Amino acid sequence: MAAFTHPNHGKYKVIGTRPIRHDGEDKVTGRARYGADVHQPGMLHGAVLRSPHAHGRILSVDTSRAEALPGVRAVATAKDLPELPDKVMASGEGIENQRYMSTRILAGEKVLFKGHPIATVAADDPWIAQDAAALIEVKYEVLEPVLDVLKAMEDGAPRLHDKITATLMGKKEQVDSNVCLHTRFQAGDPEAGFAEADLVIEREFRTKTVHQGYIEPHHATALALSDGQITIWTSTQGAFAVREQVATVLKKELSKIKVIPMEIGGGFGGKIPVYLEPLAVLLSEKSGKPVKMTMSRADIFQATGPASASASRVKFGFKKDGTIIAATFWAAYEAGAYPNIYGMMGAMCVLAPYKIPNGQVDVYDVMTNTPKVAAYRAPSSPQALFGVESVMDEASKALGIDPIELRLMNAAEEGEQRIDGLKWPRIGMIETLEAARDSAHYKSPAPSGPNQARGLAIGFWVNAGMQSSATVGINMDGTANVVTGSVDIGGSRASMAIMAAETLGLKAEEVRPSVGDTDSIGHTDITAGSRTTYATGHAVYLASLDAIEQMKPRVAKLWDCDPAEVVFEEGAFRSTKNGQEPMTVRQLGPKLPATGGPVQGQGSLMATAQGSGFGLHIADVEVDPDTGKTTILRYTAVQDVGTAIHPAYVEGQIIGGATQGIGWALNEEYVHGDKGELLNTGFLDYRMPTTLDVPVIETILVEVPNPGHPYGVRGVGETPIVPPLGTMGNAIAGAIGVRIRELPLSPPRVQAAIAAKENAAGKTEAARETTAKPVPAQS
Amino acid sequence: MKPLQFSAPTSLDEALSLLSGAGDGAGVLSGGTDLIIQYREGHRALGQMVDIKKIPELNVLEFDPASGLRLGAAVSCAVLGEFAPARRHFPGLVESAELIGSTQIQSRATVGGNLCNGSPAADSVCSLMVLNAVCIVAGSGGKREIPAVEFMTGPGRTALQAGELLLEIRVPPPPPNSSDAYLRFIPRNEMDIAVAGAAVALTLEDDKRTVKTASTAICAVAPTPLMVPEAGAALTGAQMDDAALDAAARASEAAANPISDMRGTVEFRIHLAGVLTRRAAVIAKNRAAAN
Ligand SMILES: Cc1cc2nc3c(=O)[nH]c(=O)nc-3n(C[C@H](O)[C@H](O)[C@H](O)COP(=O)(O)OP(=O)(O)OC[C@H]3O[C@@H](n4cnc5c(N)ncnc54)[C@H](O)[C@@H]3O)c2cc1C
Repeated sequence: MAAFTHPNHGKYKVIGTRPIRHDGEDKVTGRARYGADVHQPGMLHGAVLRSPHAHGRILSVDTSRAEALPGVRAVATAKDLPELPDKVMASGEGIENQRYMSTRILAGEKVLFKGHPIATVAADDPWIAQDAAALIEVKYEVLEPVLDVLKAMEDGAPRLHDKITATLMGKKEQVDSNVCLHTRFQAGDPEAGFAEADLVIEREFRTKTVHQGYIEPHHATALALSDGQITIWTSTQGAFAVREQVATVLKKELSKIKVIPMEIGGGFGGKIPVYLEPLAVLLSEKSGKPVKMTMSRADIFQATGPASASASRVKFGFKKDGTIIAATFWAAYEAGAYPNIYGMMGAMCVLAPYKIPNGQVDVYDVMTNTPKVAAYRAPSSPQALFGVESVMDEASKALGIDPIELRLMNAAEEGEQRIDGLKWPRIGMIETLEAARDSAHYKSPAPSGPNQARGLAIGFWVNAGMQSSATVGINMDGTANVVTGSVDIGGSRASMAIMAAETLGLKAEEVRPSVGDTDSIGHTDITAGSRTTYATGHAVYLASLDAIEQMKPRVAKLWDCDPAEVVFEEGAFRSTKNGQEPMTVRQLGPKLPATGGPVQGQGSLMATAQGSGFGLHIADVEVDPDTGKTTILRYTAVQDVGTAIHPAYVEGQIIGGATQGIGWALNEEYVHGDKGELLNTGFLDYRMPTTLDVPVIETILVEVPNPGHPYGVRGVGETPIVPPLGTMGNAIAGAIGVRIRELPLSPPRVQAAIAAKENAAGKTEAARETTAKPVPAQS
Repeated sequence: MKPLQFSAPTSLDEALSLLSGAGDGAGVLSGGTDLIIQYREGHRALGQMVDIKKIPELNVLEFDPASGLRLGAAVSCAVLGEFAPARRHFPGLVESAELIGSTQIQSRATVGGNLCNGSPAADSVCSLMVLNAVCIVAGSGGKREIPAVEFMTGPGRTALQAGELLLEIRVPPPPPNSSDAYLRFIPRNEMDIAVAGAAVALTLEDDKRTVKTASTAICAVAPTPLMVPEAGAALTGAQMDDAALDAAARASEAAANPISDMRGTVEFRIHLAGVLTRRAAVIAKNRAAAN
């Protein structure tokens, strides 16, 4: 079968090209300014006193010795925060209760995780601030912590909060429990379905807490003037989200706060919640000086949002021919110290890729003495699909059906209803599977040496829409300036410039894209949810169209005709009546002053037509049976990307996501001591992959355009972190002949599984002989 | 955080007088890839840092067929790696130095610092031990020699007395038909600390098959890197057959006395000590045969 082709293939002039990113030189030469580069005259430095206990009651806080230290200019505790209502606010991809947000930022009565901020100090230099923080005396009643999600669900488990408002299967209830949310979706009759099945596979899975691991630490600098005007410089995924959260916690009006987003060195969902910003504002209000705050890597690991650990049970029933007849999923997701909703996102994703006539999903968000979980690239989908894809792999072997064929037979498609109720619009699951099946990698023979195998798995993410604003200013030489409110994390400036250029008939280099602060552009939601190229790109398109509409009467004036006779087609203004040479925006630019003055197009929208993303990854691996270490021999990522506006950055997103997923699968995990303290608070023992640990990742871009976007854009950035967990699990299971259902598949765990298998077979000695490296022939 | 006094003396006498009587509060700074981190993370309180990189005696790097290698304590791993005689005669020592951290780290880190830092997982130390290296140290009382095998005395502890400085490491010239190898296990492929490591140095008979002498050492599996004479003995007289390799591996497993921590369990480390000894022995033997 021929590969699927984008309907507008060959029609675009700029979309699909790979210009050098507009912010590229700044970044590769180190000139780009990040959070740490902010310096203000008279600036003070802040430090945070954090809880040494994972769980405890605060009996007293005495700041007097800190305040007396020379060089200290301000000290703040929870007492300095306003009382907030028990009311939920939406915050990016998550939600947050205002009262909990306040106690998350500065603990009041209880500390709920090691690293929980208790007090903050501003001083003349960072060392004085740190010394002062250490002088604050806190008395605690230390309480028993609970870290494991399943233990936290038990009746007698330590409780983090006395009474919470939980949402249990749609109903709000006051409960005394660590379970803050129970999500259930149902379709058909699962029991009847399993009864009809020829093959039923039911398995349990565990995954550990992992961190987003962005390279740039959190930073915030704030200046609060005595007239109430506040400026915040920070590294964030959303300047407007910072403004809203700070305004909420400190009870301010939005118009009093200006947030200037600095360049961002990675976020992956973790730079949506505010941590330092409200503290910097509080300290600046108290001291009258600008205050800068910075986190250490240890602070980041132990006190900023990681992604949930999970425990799950997956049950699938198949007919002999491979059709899925029923499926159920039960899971508990770590919420961290406060009510959270990320488990629910796993519930939305887990069965979405397949047609499931009879199914049930039950997912619990469970609070534990760990920092509040934050979004991490396709939040909660990786944990869910790890189990599902392992079961699909077992089924493909048991049924003797090729793993891609099995997935194709059951693939979700347009018009079908998802278990959470949504009806699928046009999606590219089938096209993605076909492209994978037809790929050079899949067609090549699977590696067949000892301890080698091929594995594959799919991934899915819903993607987000949300609010975006953009302006397009036409310069007097006919070039254009684009301003959006979306922080550029993955090359979005270049994509915005490309979409504006395509719409206006310009070259990408003739458009200057920039990221505005909260004063310079309309409200724009976070750079997250794979929404920026889709939703902000749509705003840029609307702003470009608006500019074109404003320019038509100018052209009409020049041509001395009725504006209705001017159309904009194929990159130029044209007359519907012949007799005029087409006029480009470049040609019109210099004539704008004489025809009525400046033109600025504006576009804003609440985008709701995001297209979901599917991907499939294939890995060939070899496991060293003596050490349990996995080497990836070849890796290919196939994904439906809608339309690749700038293919290089689309590939970059896929490669980055796959790399993070590989890290999650192989080595990354939070390791806690018995008092609930995080032991691996640095990159040495929190093992993200290095460049030597991942091979060149081949990418195959499948373009099934999203009908809800003028250029067919779908979200791209999150889906690729999902497949690697199942892909690596399936490949390693094939290589070693045992299936491990607990992540990470780290060398000690894999080696232990091999040893257990050999012991069970009672042939340890024999295996040792055959697996030892052959001694090279004597010379 | 207290202010820190930094000095970079250009003579040995100056350095020794700065260090004498300064006690624990003075830190000797070689590459600084351990010291600066320990200081910044609050694990070591220092009032003084004495940079030794400008002292000529500590930058010596020479090889003489009669007397062997002289490796100054301030010579970086990267510079050692570019020194052809070291690569030729002590490939195991060089590979252990070139495993430390990454290219960036190696251009600062020194073998001397690796030794003086006293980590049970220090990569280059096993290699120094199996090569019978000798450490030359100086203090206010003059110079003395400490065999590499006696240098580390416990986790973070060495035989250096207060105020003493490591000047250089001497590695005796290898007999004909000799070579060495070092292997470590880390979960990733760089930027990691050994979960276990093993070094083997050996000399072959003139037949280039039979092992005449062998010595092995293991690290990260005990409070200090350990010589495993039983493993060396198991290889001696043999031709790298499975029985000899198994016996050497078993000897290393028996000698290993590790702890469980987040980098590895007791069982996994013991198992690795055997695997790595076995593999390093094969590599060392192939190198010696090719010499
Ligand atoms: C990112 C990273 C990765 C690393 N990876 C590895 C690794 O893979 N394997 C490994 O073994 N280590 C590793 N290390 C640790 C470190 O790089 C090595 O131990 C290195 O060899 C130390 O050498 P240095 O010259 O930097 O020592 P320094 O930090 O300068 O000194 C180390 C200690 O020795 C003392 N000292 C140094 N020289 C002398 C002297 N001449 N006389 C007396 N005392 C002295 C110092 O006072 C200090 O206590 C890593 C470190 C980092 C930061």
